[in-house]
Amino acid sequence: MSPEFSDQTKKKIEEVLSRYPRKEAAILPLLHLTQREFGCISNEEEKIVAEILGIKPIKVREVVSFYTMLNPKPVGKYHIQVCSNLSCFLMEAEELIDYLKEKLGIEPGETTPDKKFTLTTVECLGACDQAPSMMINFDYYGHLDKKKIDELLDKLK
Amino acid sequence: MEEKLLTRHFDLKNLYKIEVYLKEVGYQAVKRALKEMKPEEILEEVKNANLRGRGGAGFPAGVKWGFVPQDVDKPKYLCVNADEGEPGTFKDRYIMSHNPHLMIEGIIITCFCVGIHTAFIYIRGEYEAIALRLEQAISEAYKKGFLGKNILETGFDLDVFVHRGAGAYICGEETGLLESLEGKRGHPRLKPPFPASIGLFQCPTVINNVETISNIPQIILNGAEWFLKKGLPKDGGTRIFGVSGVVKNPGIYELPLGTNLKDIIFKYAGGMKEGKKLKAVFPGGMSAPILKADEINIKMDFDSLVEAESMLGSAAIIVIDEETSMLDVLKVVTRFYSHESCGQCTPCRIGNSWINKIIKRIAAGGGKRGDIDNIIRLASNMMGKTLCPLGDAAAMPILSITKKFRKEIESYTAN
Ligand SMILES: Cc1cc2nc3c(=O)[nH]c(=O)nc-3n(C[C@H](O)[C@H](O)[C@H](O)COP(=O)(O)O)c2cc1C
Repeated sequence: MSPEFSDQTKKKIEEVLSRYPRKEAAILPLLHLTQREFGCISNEEEKIVAEILGIKPIKVREVVSFYTMLNPKPVGKYHIQVCSNLSCFLMEAEELIDYLKEKLGIEPGETTPDKKFTLTTVECLGACDQAPSMMINFDYYGHLDKKKIDELLDKLK
Repeated sequence: MEEKLLTRHFDLKNLYKIEVYLKEVGYQAVKRALKEMKPEEILEEVKNANLRGRGGAGFPAGVKWGFVPQDVDKPKYLCVNADEGEPGTFKDRYIMSHNPHLMIEGIIITCFCVGIHTAFIYIRGEYEAIALRLEQAISEAYKKGFLGKNILETGFDLDVFVHRGAGAYICGEETGLLESLEGKRGHPRLKPPFPASIGLFQCPTVINNVETISNIPQIILNGAEWFLKKGLPKDGGTRIFGVSGVVKNPGIYELPLGTNLKDIIFKYAGGMKEGKKLKAVFPGGMSAPILKADEINIKMDFDSLVEAESMLGSAAIIVIDEETSMLDVLKVVTRFYSHESCGQCTPCRIGNSWINKIIKRIAAGGGKRGDIDNIIRLASNMMGKTLCPLGDAAAMPILSITKKFRKEIESYTAN
C-alpha cells in the first residue's frame, strides 16, 4: 500500500501546482509537504511525488539527494541540528556538539534507539548573532550552553 | 547614534501586521510609484541612487533592471533572493521577520517598473517560520488591494509567491537559484546568457537580494539625491552590517556605507568579548578575503574593500580572536566549501575536498613540508576556473589565510 496524503495536504498540493507555469517547479514545495506528512522521502514517497508531477521517480531522487534538508530516511521525533560553521565554532559549538553526543549517546547522523532524537551537525543556519545556535525541528535556539541544552531537552517528551 | 533607515521601525510592536504598518509607515511608496510615476521615471531614480546589490556582488540595481528587454512577448519574472546562505549573514532574516511589508512594497515597485507580473521569494528552507510570516503578510496585502489584479485601480497586476529552498548554499547563487526554482538540482548555469534576458523558465528575470529590494520604497519617497547623501556618491544608502563572532554585542547595525570597520567592531558592537584580543576579521561573509587585526582601519564600502584586496560581500563581519587557531578556521572554511560545492566543475569539486583533506591531516599531526604550497596551488586553480563564483568564494578565504598567516600554519606542519 503506498501512503496517501491527507485531504488537507491534497488541497494544498493543488494550490501549489497552480503557482508555476511548469509542474516540475513545484517539486520542492511538494517534497516539503511530503516530508511533513510522512516524516521522510523514501522510495515510496518518491513515487507518489513523481506521479503527481508526471516525471520519473529517478528525477525526484536526483532532487532529494541534492538538498540536505530532505531526508531519505526517517529521523527521530526531535531532529536536533547544531550549527558548526564559523560564527558558532568561534563560540564553542564543538563543545556543545560533544556534550550532545555524550548526553544522547549517539554520533552526528544517528538516531537514538527509542527514535526520539536525531543529531545532525549543519552548516550556517543564519542565526550567527545568537551563536552558538541550533534548531530542534523548525524552532531556533540560540546563545546555547550546556545548562540551556539540559533545560531544553528535559522539556521534550 | 546614526540615523536608521531600513531598520528605523523595527522596534514597533507587531510591525509585521499590515494594520500597524499602514498606520506607521503606509504603502506610501507604492501609492506614489504606481499613481504618480512612470516606469521610466522609477528606473531613472533607482539608477541615479546608485543602489548597489546587497547580496554580494554589488551590481547597481537600476542598471540590472535596465538590461531586461521590454520588447518580448514572454512573461518576465522577479526572484527575490532570500537564501541567505553566506556564513555570518543574518540581516535578511531581520528584515523579513520584522518588516515584511517593506520588502513587499519594494517588490511591487520593482515589478511595476520592469513590467513584471509574477514574483517569487526564494527563501532558505530553514527559515520556515519566516516563510509563514511572509505568506501571511502577502495575503494581507492581497486583501488590501496592494497585490492581485488591478492594484490600486491602476490596471497593474502582480502575484507574489514564497518558494522555500531545502538546504543548499549554491542555491543562493543566482543561476543555481533559478535551476532550483525550476525544480532541479541547484547547478549554476553558464553565463551569458544573463538572467535579465534568459532566466526563470527561459524568460527575462530580475534577481535581487532582500535588502536591495527593501531599499526601493525609500528611494521612491525621498529621491536619489537624498539616498546618495545617506551613503557615498558611488554607493548610495546604508548597509545592514551583521556582526558575529567574539564580540560583546553581536547583532545587526545599520550604518552609512563607508563607516569604518574598526568603529563597527569596537564602537557599535562593543569591542571584543572580555579578555579576548582581536586576531582577524572576515569583512563580508566567509567568502571574503580575511583581514588581519592591523588592517581593519578601513571604510566599509564596495570600492574601499576592493582596494584592500577584500570584498564587502554580504556585509557580514565575523570577528576572530587571538586564541583561535587559523588552522581550525581553515578546517571550518574548507569543510563548508567541500560540502557545498555542487560538483559540476572539477576544480571546485576536487579542489575543495582535496584541500579539506590536507587540512584535516595537518590538524591530526600529519603535516608535511610542501602542504601549504600544495594548498595554494589547488586554491589558485579554482580562481576564475569555474562556472559560478563558488570556486572563487572558496579560494579567496583559503588563499588569504595561507598568505597572511603562513607562519602560523607552517608551525602546525613542521614536525
Ligand atoms: C556561492 C554563492 C552564494 C550566494 N548566496 C547568496 C545569498 O544567499 N543571497 C543573496 O542575496 N545573494 C547570494 N549570492 C549572490 C547572487 O548570485 C546574486 O549576485 C544576488 O542575488 C544579486 O542580487 P543583488 O544584486 O541585489 O545583490 C551568492 C553568490 C554566490 C556565488
